[in-house]
Amino acid sequence: MTGTLLSSENMCAGYRREVLHNISVGFSGGEITSIIGPNGSGKSTLLKALIGIVPKSGGSILVGGTPIEKLSAAAVARRVAYLPQSKKIPELSVMTMVLHGRFAHLSYPRRYRREDIVAAERALGMTGLSELAGESISTLSGGTQQRVFLAMALAQDSPVILMDEPTSFMDISHRIKLMELCRELADSGRAVVSVLHDLPMALKYSDKTMVLSEGTLRAVGSPEEVFRSGILDIVFGIKLKRTETETGLLYYY
Amino acid sequence: MKKHIFWIAAAVCVLAAVLSLCVGAVWLSPAELFGGNTPEWRIFRYARLPRTAACLLAGAGLAASGAVIQGVLANRLASPGIIGVNAGAGLGVTVCCAFGAIYGLAVAGAAFVGALLAVLTVAFAAHKTSASRSAVILGGVAVNSFLTAVSEGIITLFPEIGIITSDFRTGGFSGVVSSRLVPAGIMIIVGLAAVISLSNELDLLSMGEETAQGLGLSAKKARTVFLTLAALLAGASVSFAGLLGFVGLIVPNIARRLVGGESRRLLPFSAVFGAALVTLCDCAARTLFAPYEIPTGIVLSAIGAPFFILLLLRHKGGHSG
Repeated sequence: MTGTLLSSENMCAGYRREVLHNISVGFSGGEITSIIGPNGSGKSTLLKALIGIVPKSGGSILVGGTPIEKLSAAAVARRVAYLPQSKKIPELSVMTMVLHGRFAHLSYPRRYRREDIVAAERALGMTGLSELAGESISTLSGGTQQRVFLAMALAQDSPVILMDEPTSFMDISHRIKLMELCRELADSGRAVVSVLHDLPMALKYSDKTMVLSEGTLRAVGSPEEVFRSGILDIVFGIKLKRTETETGLLYYY
Repeated sequence: MKKHIFWIAAAVCVLAAVLSLCVGAVWLSPAELFGGNTPEWRIFRYARLPRTAACLLAGAGLAASGAVIQGVLANRLASPGIIGVNAGAGLGVTVCCAFGAIYGLAVAGAAFVGALLAVLTVAFAAHKTSASRSAVILGGVAVNSFLTAVSEGIITLFPEIGIITSDFRTGGFSGVVSSRLVPAGIMIIVGLAAVISLSNELDLLSMGEETAQGLGLSAKKARTVFLTLAALLAGASVSFAGLLGFVGLIVPNIARRLVGGESRRLLPFSAVFGAALVTLCDCAARTLFAPYEIPTGIVLSAIGAPFFILLLLRHKGGHSG
C-alpha cells in the first residue's frame, strides 16, 4: 500500500447550496474504496468536488499532496481519472474515444505519441474492447458504451481513478468482470474509488467503505466494520444480513 | 473511403468555384480572361471573383460555425441560423448601418458582436437551466424571433439603411464588394484555422462538460472559446452574405454521415463542403431564372427546409445522435 494520493479535509462543497458538509477522506494506492449512501446523499457530488468540477466552499483538497487550487485541469487529470455517471455519447470511434483519454498528457498540437497508442491499446485490452476499436460508440449497447468510457479513463494512466456508478447498464457477468478489473488496478498500486448502488457488491469487493447520508460522512471502515456498526440499516432503512460462503462473506437484504 | 472523400469534396469545391467564375448574365470562358483589360476581364475581376470568394468564404464559415455549435451544445438540430446567431449578426449589421458605418471592419465587427451575444445568451440559458435538447432549440428560436423583430423595428425607424435589402434578409451575394469582403474574409480564415487546430478539445466537449473536465480540459473556458469562434465565423459570413440560412444545419449533418463525428475530419470537411454547396446554390440562383437573379438564400432554403423537417422526424422525442 502506498501513501495518500487524494484527500480532503473538512471539505464543504455544492453548486448553488452546500451539499457536502465537512468531509474528510483519504484514498491510498492499492485500495478499492466504495462510496455508498441513499439517493441524494451527495455521493456523486463528492467525486465531482474532489476533482474540482463542483466548487468547494470550505476546507481543503490535496491531489498528490498539492492543493487542488494550484493545479490546472490537465494536471488534476494526470493524477486522477474520473468516470462520470451521466455521459453524452459522441459520434466517435471506440479507438478515438479511448485515445482522448490521453488528452491531459499531450501538449499542443496534441499529436499522439507511441506511448499514447500503447496506453490506449492496453486500456482496450483490459476492458475487452480490442475487437471493437474501429466501431462507432453510438452504435454500441449501453453496457459496452460504459466500458468504452471506462477504457478512456484507464488510458489516462493516473494513480487514482474515480468512478460514478461504473456498473450502470452492465449485465451481472460484466459487473463481476469490472470489479475484478478494479482489484487488478488496485493491486497495481492505484487507488480505485467507486460510487456504487449495489450494496452487496460494494461490500464484497471493497477494501474500504464510506457511508454518506445527507451530505455528511457517517462511517468509514472495512466492509465488515461498517456492517457491524449497523449504520447501513439506519441510513438505508433496511435489514442487511450476511452469510459465510466458500468465496467469503456474502451480504444480502 | 473516408480519407478519399475529403479530396472528392475539395475537387467539387474547385469545380464549383470555376463554374461560379464562368456563369452569370454573361458567360465567361477561361480563355477570354487572359486577353488583357477587356470587358470580360473587368467582369471577372470586379464581379465574379469577389462573388465567388464570398460564396466560398460564407459557405465555409457558416458550415464550420454550425459544426462547432452542434458539438458544443451536443445537439444536431442546432445551427447559427436556427438558434439566433445569424439574427444576432444581422442585428449587429443593422445597428451599425443605422449609425452610418456601412463599410469594412465596422460591419464585420458589429456582426460578430451581435452573433456572440446571441450564441452566449442561448448557451448560458441552456447551461443554467440544464435545458433538454429540444428546449435549447426552442429557446434559440425565441432569441432568433426577438432579434429579428428588433432588426425590423430599427429598419422601420431608419428606412434609409440601404444595406438591409431583401437580398440581405434572405442571404445573397449580388451586392458583395471587396471592401466588406476582405476584413470578414480574414476573420473567417482565422476562425477556421483556430477551430480546426482545437479539434481535440471540441471532441472532448461533445462528451459533456463533466467528462471533458475529467479528461483535463477546462470545460467552461473551452466552451466560451468555441462559442466565440462560432460567432466569429457566422458573424463575419453574415456581414457580407446576409442571413443565409440552413448551411450551418445541413452541411455538418451530411458531413457527419460521410466522414464521422471526429472533429479533426468533420470541421475541415464541413468547411469545404459548405463552400461547395453555397457556391453551387449561388450559380443556380444566378442562372435558374436568367436574366433574373434570385437571392441565394432562397435556393438554400428550398433545400434546407425539407432537410430540417427530415431531421426533426429522425430525432423525434428529443433524441439526437
